[in-house]
Amino acid sequence: MHTFAHTTPLNKRFRNPWFISASLVAVMVGLPIIAVFYLAFFPEENIWPHLASTVLPGYISSTLILMFGVGTLSLFMGVGAAWLVTMCKFPGRKILEWALLLPFAVPAYVIAYVYTDLLEYAGLVQGWLRALFGWSSSKDYWFPEIRSMGGAITMMALVLYPYVYLMTRAAFLEQSMSLFSASRNLGHSPLQSFLRISIPVARPAIAVGLSLVLMETLNDFGTVDFFAVRTLTAGLYDTWLNMGNIGGAAQIASLMLIFVVTLIYMERFSRRKQKQFESKNQGHALEQFQLTGLRAGAALLFCALPVVAGFLIPVTVLSYYAYHYFEVSWTSNFLNHAFNSFTLSVIASITTIALGIMLAYSKRLNSTGITQLLVRFSGLGYAMPGAVLAVGIIVPFAAFDNAVDDMFRQHFGISTGLLLSGTTFAIIFAYTVRFLAVSAGSIESSLAKVTPSMDMASRSLGHNNLSTLFRVHLPVIRGGILTAALVVFVDCMKELPATLILRPFNFETLATHVYQYASDELLEQSALAALIIVLVGIVPVIFLSKSISSTRTYNKKT
Amino acid sequence: MINFKRLIPSSLVIIGSLLSITQSQAAEEVNVYSYRQPFLIQPIFDNFTETTGINVNVVFAKKGLTERLKREGKNSPADLVFTVDIGRLDEVVKANVVQGVTTPTLNENIPSQYQGPEGQWYALTTRARVIYASKERVAEGEITSYEDLANPEWKGKICTRSGKHPYNVALIASMIAHHGEAETESWLSAVKSNLAQKPQGNDRAQVKAIKEGVCDLAIGNNYYYGKMLMDKEQSAWAHAVNIVFPNQGDRGTHVNISGISLTKSAPNKENAIKLMDYLSAPMAQKMFAEQNFEYPVKAGVEPSALVSSWGKFKSDALPLKDIAKYRKLAVKLVDRTGFDN
Repeated sequence: MHTFAHTTPLNKRFRNPWFISASLVAVMVGLPIIAVFYLAFFPEENIWPHLASTVLPGYISSTLILMFGVGTLSLFMGVGAAWLVTMCKFPGRKILEWALLLPFAVPAYVIAYVYTDLLEYAGLVQGWLRALFGWSSSKDYWFPEIRSMGGAITMMALVLYPYVYLMTRAAFLEQSMSLFSASRNLGHSPLQSFLRISIPVARPAIAVGLSLVLMETLNDFGTVDFFAVRTLTAGLYDTWLNMGNIGGAAQIASLMLIFVVTLIYMERFSRRKQKQFESKNQGHALEQFQLTGLRAGAALLFCALPVVAGFLIPVTVLSYYAYHYFEVSWTSNFLNHAFNSFTLSVIASITTIALGIMLAYSKRLNSTGITQLLVRFSGLGYAMPGAVLAVGIIVPFAAFDNAVDDMFRQHFGISTGLLLSGTTFAIIFAYTVRFLAVSAGSIESSLAKVTPSMDMASRSLGHNNLSTLFRVHLPVIRGGILTAALVVFVDCMKELPATLILRPFNFETLATHVYQYASDELLEQSALAALIIVLVGIVPVIFLSKSISSTRTYNKKT
Repeated sequence: MINFKRLIPSSLVIIGSLLSITQSQAAEEVNVYSYRQPFLIQPIFDNFTETTGINVNVVFAKKGLTERLKREGKNSPADLVFTVDIGRLDEVVKANVVQGVTTPTLNENIPSQYQGPEGQWYALTTRARVIYASKERVAEGEITSYEDLANPEWKGKICTRSGKHPYNVALIASMIAHHGEAETESWLSAVKSNLAQKPQGNDRAQVKAIKEGVCDLAIGNNYYYGKMLMDKEQSAWAHAVNIVFPNQGDRGTHVNISGISLTKSAPNKENAIKLMDYLSAPMAQKMFAEQNFEYPVKAGVEPSALVSSWGKFKSDALPLKDIAKYRKLAVKLVDRTGFDN
């Protein structure tokens, strides 16, 4: 790793504003994590021995199977589709290029519900098959059980693969064509060049996408609960809510953090010696392969399938219910809920991106072990199930509020009450802590591709670090920043458990509105709100996807 | 390109306005942390506001509210906790976040077995945990008790939600109270081996499974029957089953409660007590009965016509505190028998 400060003595480092601000951010987002560890290590009643001797091995193995399945399927769909739409020409490519992002706007619990509705015994598909073949009961034929591990893997991969697609595609677009042309000139087939050049070069971005998928898988509750797959997260909620043991829940959360840390280090380790910089000004225009006939058909099918299964079918079913249950689902508060969701998500994306840029850039400037560790640590919030994170936030916030209140009562005789707890600030804080890993990771991988000679040139022209960031890096990595903003925005729109617990009185977002019905298997009545979450989510998907495509032309101009 | 610098002031304005929404509060109000969905209780709260002019503010979540209350401590804005299941009421009492209260109205309306120690909680409704039996495949009288569910003749014919759901936990806790730990464990294992599928879904989903022929018997709360009848799609599920009130020959059917507690911090204590009184009075009790198909706790308020049509039944007289006492052990038995696997 190239560093600018590896010889900086320690005392000097503490005067470096970038190091100080990175530390501050790490402390801030670290508070909830520390609070959870605190709960885990000082439980009121230690339930660990009971868990370890009964259910824990099962939780761990089903978590591993689920992560492996979702990871593999997402990689296959995400990387494959990203390569096809970036490097090949086939009918429908222009539409698929952005349509492949659409499933991202569908919350996993919604798609799980929709497919259960379609594929279960009483559902449309089996009903149709029975009518067609004259079967009369479930004993006459075999049909895959949707509420199963396989079902959960498929559902989650269908809405999570866009992480991989998004990151990989941005990386393919940023890749210099000269490497690929060289490989072709040396006699490799397009497939060989893909495997030997494009994939390894894009590996940091693919790894970021994959780790996001795996972390989402790890902390998903809605889908696994619905499909009765007993993962660590399901076990955690069980211990907390049904056994009333928050300490035990925090212990499982800590175990999950170990999973995540292992994951991160495996990813780092796999590319420890790899370092490449590309000089953008030498990039050739993208040279796309024209596919025809069967090959074009296969490419079209490969890219269209995830869009149809992950977006078109769920949206059609939701629209059907939204139409038929319109009277019971339309309420006058609807616009208000949508406004809340939208505003919270916009503000949270801005703060998350700003902090992400700061973290990634301080890491670039100051690539020592401590900074590395601080940046890694700031990302751990993503690995925690939302409701646990919410409790982790309540603990320090309420302690702060009560301490301030005590002080004011003592010295001024007035009560300040709760300043932070139960405000939208707490929700925005939660979103920021939760999704900082998304923004920092993706910005870091974009920044890693900017050659240090650009920093050096800028510095020797008299610009300081801050001005270099604004004048050189931010314009160059604009695509990466927009990608990160998009991911965070959509994630915030869908976020449910933390919002539920932290929100102020009478405060609803679209997601909480959907939940109050969906939690009672009355999704028909909340289909309208679910549909709106999806639709609001796709506006920025389309807008930003266009900006990402345009980075290619932008890069050519520089 | 997005101008990041220009976005900062405008986002500050938005943050400010969002914060001020939450700060500006009417003079007369009462704040409720609710584990129950707003759409179930909103009509009753609306009615309260109409009669008294007191606004009811609600935060609904199915988890974490007790933790929030605990941490917010003496400054918590919450006045009341509204929840279902004796286990959760017991939890807020143990967490030391609620206070006792008594009023003549509450004492008159709510029978003493439905009052928490020193008035730390009050039950508002009761609900029976019944057996749903297929109309087609289970003859009347073929199953009459919870103990029957362990009978090998039902192998592969029973459906239920997770054994760790509070409703099932309370049922298992009542079994422990009556039969002891060892006998309950072997009963639970036997029920487990009779299950048609791994425990999944909610109570309605089990009735649906009977309709689809996946199983013949299911355990569920009886108000769901009424709710399913109200729904276009789900009424067909309800029509496929009979309601069996178990153990009518001996101790009676297991019942659980929904209830309310006054928090320790309660900044609007007076209004909160008014709301508690209101919820126990005939008007609100009748609304619970009619809209949610639960049993009102106030004597003299009749269940809805539909609920009455299922007939009167004998309910288990076991004190609720005994159910609360065995709750944790019940969950451990679920783990030990691998009931949910």
